[in-house]
Amino acid sequence: MSAPRGKPLPQPTPETAPYWEGCKAHELRLQFCNDCQAFFFYPRIFCPRCLSENVEWKPVSGKGTLHTYVISARPAPGFENDVPYTIAIVKLDEGPHLMTNIVGVEQKPENLPAGLPVEVVFEDVSDTISLPKFQPAGAGRNA
Amino acid sequence: MAWDLRKKVAIIGAAETDTVGAIPNITQLGLHGQAARNAIKDAGIDKSQIDGLACAGESVVAVADYLDIQPRYVDGTSVGGSSFMIHVAHAVAALEAGYCNYVLITHGESGRSRVGRGGFGGGAATLGGQFEAPWGILGPPNTFTIPIVAHMTKYGTTEEQLASVAVATRQWATKNPRAMMRDPITIEDVLNSRLIAWPVHLLECCLVTDGGGALILTTADRARDFAKPPIYILGTGEGAENMMISTMHDFTESLAFNRAATRAFQQAGIERSDVDHLMLYDAFAHTPLYGLEALGFVKPGESGPWFAAMNSAPGGTLPINTNGGGLSYTHTGMYGMFALQESVRQLRGEAAAQVPDVKISVAHGPAGFFAASGTVIMTNQA
Repeated sequence: MSAPRGKPLPQPTPETAPYWEGCKAHELRLQFCNDCQAFFFYPRIFCPRCLSENVEWKPVSGKGTLHTYVISARPAPGFENDVPYTIAIVKLDEGPHLMTNIVGVEQKPENLPAGLPVEVVFEDVSDTISLPKFQPAGAGRNA
Repeated sequence: MAWDLRKKVAIIGAAETDTVGAIPNITQLGLHGQAARNAIKDAGIDKSQIDGLACAGESVVAVADYLDIQPRYVDGTSVGGSSFMIHVAHAVAALEAGYCNYVLITHGESGRSRVGRGGFGGGAATLGGQFEAPWGILGPPNTFTIPIVAHMTKYGTTEEQLASVAVATRQWATKNPRAMMRDPITIEDVLNSRLIAWPVHLLECCLVTDGGGALILTTADRARDFAKPPIYILGTGEGAENMMISTMHDFTESLAFNRAATRAFQQAGIERSDVDHLMLYDAFAHTPLYGLEALGFVKPGESGPWFAAMNSAPGGTLPINTNGGGLSYTHTGMYGMFALQESVRQLRGEAAAQVPDVKISVAHGPAGFFAASGTVIMTNQA
């Protein structure tokens, strides 16, 4: 599997590598602060709330809700065959929110009410990178 | 207890580049230079008096070198389009403390022609490269706009209400010969214009232009010696929140906006009802909604109906974006300088679409999408 020409791919850093390794294994893993007892995102060397280094990587459910989004009618370079596509903020059930695409559903506002339950699905875009995307919960789409 | 900085510092020079729009024959650095030269002429100041320099988008040293001035105060704060409001805030403190005597603030951007302009964006290992770029962000049109649906969901803000911001702003642009877009438009025109990133249409997106502007500030006691009446700084504020749009804390409001606006009004010691004229940086139709709410002119969620009632348009209760805004006048990329310029013109009584009896004007805007913010409150009353 190779990425469509020109699509930007993430380049993991020492801080973020465990996140991308999780994605590669099709498991969404986030950092959890053992002092705050809460997850956070994006990856950091300490908890952004209390600055504790007592943090560890844990799998999360991959479930959440659609919070806000646009349906892009114009493509970023490499996304010419994807328009229209939804760039969304999904709020994970564990608390943190992240940017993603909503897939497995026709890209129309009426199909994408805010609060829609969604679940993670991984798209293998290179030998090392799998991107977490989200589909309506229970849609049964296989990545 | 904070120092009372009200009216301690004034704008004595304010000017834009000779033209705005398409300027293919001048580099970005040259636009800084031309705007600076025009502001120096406007103030009637000798260039050798200028001992402070601030700019964004180019190195402050590069601009000093281009103008052949030797500053002893430099401010390279470059957080995005409202960096200039923040430069004003910092200049007030520096001037009042005697750290320098005359501060020149410059903006120049070859946003359209891209002459002598460096690259934009970070690499694949940056946070944005990892956690936003892979999902197809194109830049402002499909990124800055992501929060809108959260505002619609929480408050019932409608597409028609968003469109009304573009309509009201265009009404002002019809009165400004320098504006790029001057034909009146209707709500239907906006909603029928090309979809860019639902819920945003082409006419709800800012222009992409070339141009620049510059300001010169000094202490109030020195300000009376120059060509134009001083425009006093009443209050300033700044704030920073999130590096990426996806790390906003609450997509229905900007914490950076709130912080900048609150501090500026506290410092100025005025009521919202004292404000005669308002510039709300309009990169897209929604940014004035967020701005109006952050500044406290309406309660959270009330901005949509407020704009739909044409309160910001000519003849409305609070004139907003009277130059035609980023939506219809000009938008180089970092538009904040043009918001400040229009506030100064209104307070001097020399605006193309002059509002009668403007005594207090506020310029407020975002920087780096909703990453940061700056607010400046100005008056022509000594």
